[in-house]
Amino acid sequence: MAEAVTQALRFEMTGISKSFGATVALLDVYFKAAAGEVCALVGQNGAGKSTLMSILSGAAQPDSGSMMLEGVAYHPRNPLEARRSGVAMIYQELSLAPDLSVEENIVLGMEPAQYGFVRRGEMRAKAEDALRQLHHSEISPEVPVGRLSVAQQQLVEIARALAIGCGVLVLDEPTSSIARGDVERLFEIIGRLRDQGHAVVYISHFIDEVKEVADRFVVLRDGRNAGGGEARSATRKEIVEMMVGRPLETLYPRTRRNPGEAILDIASGIALHRGEVLGIAGLAGSGRTRLLRRLFGMNRPWKSGFGMVSEDRKGEGLAMDMSVTENMTMPRLGAWISPSKQSAAARRWIQDLNIRCHDDRQEVSGLSGGNQQKVALARLLHCAVDVLLLDEPTRGVDVGSKAQIYELIDRLVVEGKAVLLVSSYFPELIGICDRIAVMHRGKLGLPRPVAEVDEHRLMLEATSGHFD
Amino acid sequence: MGILIETAQTPAKWLNRSGPVLGLFLVCLIFGFLVGPQFFNPGNLELIARQTAIVAVAAIGMTVVIASAGIDLSVGSVVSLSTVVMALLLRSGVPAFAAVGGAVAAGVLCGAIVGLLVTRLRLLPFIVTLGMMLIARGAAKGLADEQRVEAPVTWINDLLRSPSGSQSWLLLPVGVWAIIALSLMTAATLEYTRFGRHIFAIGSNERTARLCGVPVEACKLAVYSIGAGFAGLAGVMEFSKLSVGDPTVAVGFELDVIAAVIIGGGSLLGGRGSIFGTLIGATIMAVIQLGSSQRGLPNWVQQIVTGIIIILAVALDHWRQHGHNNSRS
Repeated sequence: MAEAVTQALRFEMTGISKSFGATVALLDVYFKAAAGEVCALVGQNGAGKSTLMSILSGAAQPDSGSMMLEGVAYHPRNPLEARRSGVAMIYQELSLAPDLSVEENIVLGMEPAQYGFVRRGEMRAKAEDALRQLHHSEISPEVPVGRLSVAQQQLVEIARALAIGCGVLVLDEPTSSIARGDVERLFEIIGRLRDQGHAVVYISHFIDEVKEVADRFVVLRDGRNAGGGEARSATRKEIVEMMVGRPLETLYPRTRRNPGEAILDIASGIALHRGEVLGIAGLAGSGRTRLLRRLFGMNRPWKSGFGMVSEDRKGEGLAMDMSVTENMTMPRLGAWISPSKQSAAARRWIQDLNIRCHDDRQEVSGLSGGNQQKVALARLLHCAVDVLLLDEPTRGVDVGSKAQIYELIDRLVVEGKAVLLVSSYFPELIGICDRIAVMHRGKLGLPRPVAEVDEHRLMLEATSGHFD
Repeated sequence: MGILIETAQTPAKWLNRSGPVLGLFLVCLIFGFLVGPQFFNPGNLELIARQTAIVAVAAIGMTVVIASAGIDLSVGSVVSLSTVVMALLLRSGVPAFAAVGGAVAAGVLCGAIVGLLVTRLRLLPFIVTLGMMLIARGAAKGLADEQRVEAPVTWINDLLRSPSGSQSWLLLPVGVWAIIALSLMTAATLEYTRFGRHIFAIGSNERTARLCGVPVEACKLAVYSIGAGFAGLAGVMEFSKLSVGDPTVAVGFELDVIAAVIIGGGSLLGGRGSIFGTLIGATIMAVIQLGSSQRGLPNWVQQIVTGIIIILAVALDHWRQHGHNNSRS
């Protein structure tokens, strides 16, 4: 850290506050990054990370507080101004023009031109220069960006920021949509950017990544600074506890459960009982989703007390453009709809599940991943289902919401409902299930009590298919 | 998955480039077979060129609009307005050149109004141009007193006529040459100028274009003005064919124009389209029309065939896109 102090401060945000209506998004937040530093910004969804970064990148204005960039006061009025001052934000959903070529994207908005005609040679040189800086000259400058892989597109976007001379790069969850091999390449690039003296802000949920790539981390919780430190020396547990604001032991609640009668046959000889959480450990492509769908489709869903939460929340789990209320009450509509009754019901679930939204008419697309998932779960509760089929219910969900979802699952089985939980995240299966079965290539093993399995063994079985 | 560029794109890319040409070739072959070798007589080919001309001019402008992810439903009405303006100006003794200028200016004015509404009030171009379709049609009828406007004969009436006598070295009608020249200019603008690339950037991802400092509003204003300007020019061509100003002409014309762009590889989602493709698209439609009528096929057959071609073109386009997505993962 002593080294960091001597380094030039790239930017500093002091006393930043921002409210949206009655919701306080940020309160008196301090954040800075030095030249040649990778600083991770971590926190649950809704902790204020995005708001803070949209203020830094000019997409939003703070209610109060001040910002300095390279030692001078900095008040970007829009993202364009921020970019021109040297701050570029690279969003999860990449912002490139897919029909234009790599080089055209890199120089977009600052094309070298004479009498309105683009100077192609100069454009090419600029693009190649930026790509070389990233050590990825193998990306051909003339290929349309839409033909590149997501990882390559990400590189192009970073190259674009470099081409206009941005000294501060904000990467928003950059690894959420790329493969593992590409993640390593990205980390190499981030390392190079640091060595070249850029300040990199790295927003992520993944603690392991943060420890791997960042020098320093800063935690936000509920819109306030909640700690930070040196990334490599901090333990996972410390970081998570700062994010959640409570000891980790309480993440997986497990009230005493009393399994009851069998309520659903899953496969020959395997039944799901009331009052238990049965886990299916399976990796993508193991047939676990097909199994759930078969179970769901065989019965007359909803009416016969079955409910499912899809792993594909945006694609089929929720109607993103419709309101919280509409999403919750969708399967249980009569011929006539009474909006006031629906709203009342929805408000009850919003309160019960602690869903963060402006009101029950807000579009689901505006909620964080964790809150969206709670809406999907509330739909099952509203239908008073007895059997919940949950496919990766905590994917893309922040730690705090995860804890709440685990609590909810625990509460439901204690009330006598049955939960079938499919997941590829084995710690959570071990944390909340009573029995776990492994699935591999469409084959389901026999469930075993959770006390008899461990993460290592689950992984071995799920990847090899050798049950015992 | 990897950082290297896949080369498996080549067939799709090839189809992308030559799809419309291939289509034209196929359509010519079919009608050559149906009608007989006289279908390829120079006279007939010229007939095709002339038939293509009016749709082609408007389609050049429409390509620009569609590349920016916009749409202009008012071109048919603008064409009729332009013929009326043309006839009125000529009748009042204005020289022919100025009358052409006036007709094009009427188009540009309509386009500028659309552009202003789209950029200032952030209205959808579909809605704004739907309104403009009625407004321009109404204006044409009002100016013309709801009847055809006779006009004195000038060289404009010869725009689409075969050159004869001392001008026969021209080979093609002057109007067709004008279209070729305009196509080259527009294609070069789209491909090689900053403005042209900005149009594609807006059509491809408007948010990004704005983020990178592309003057989105100014570009759109220009795009709609240019688009409607070309429609005004198409009106001049129409006038030369009719030799009167007709406020009821070119109803539904915009659909032919849009179809030409789409057949030529343009995407209604924006970001794609080429002038060359559009010209091929317009020619394909003309070949079908002429071929059908020369073969003695009734009008309804023509319409069905054209409809099938449009759907086929879009289906191919979709398939191409799908191919991309598959090779991405």
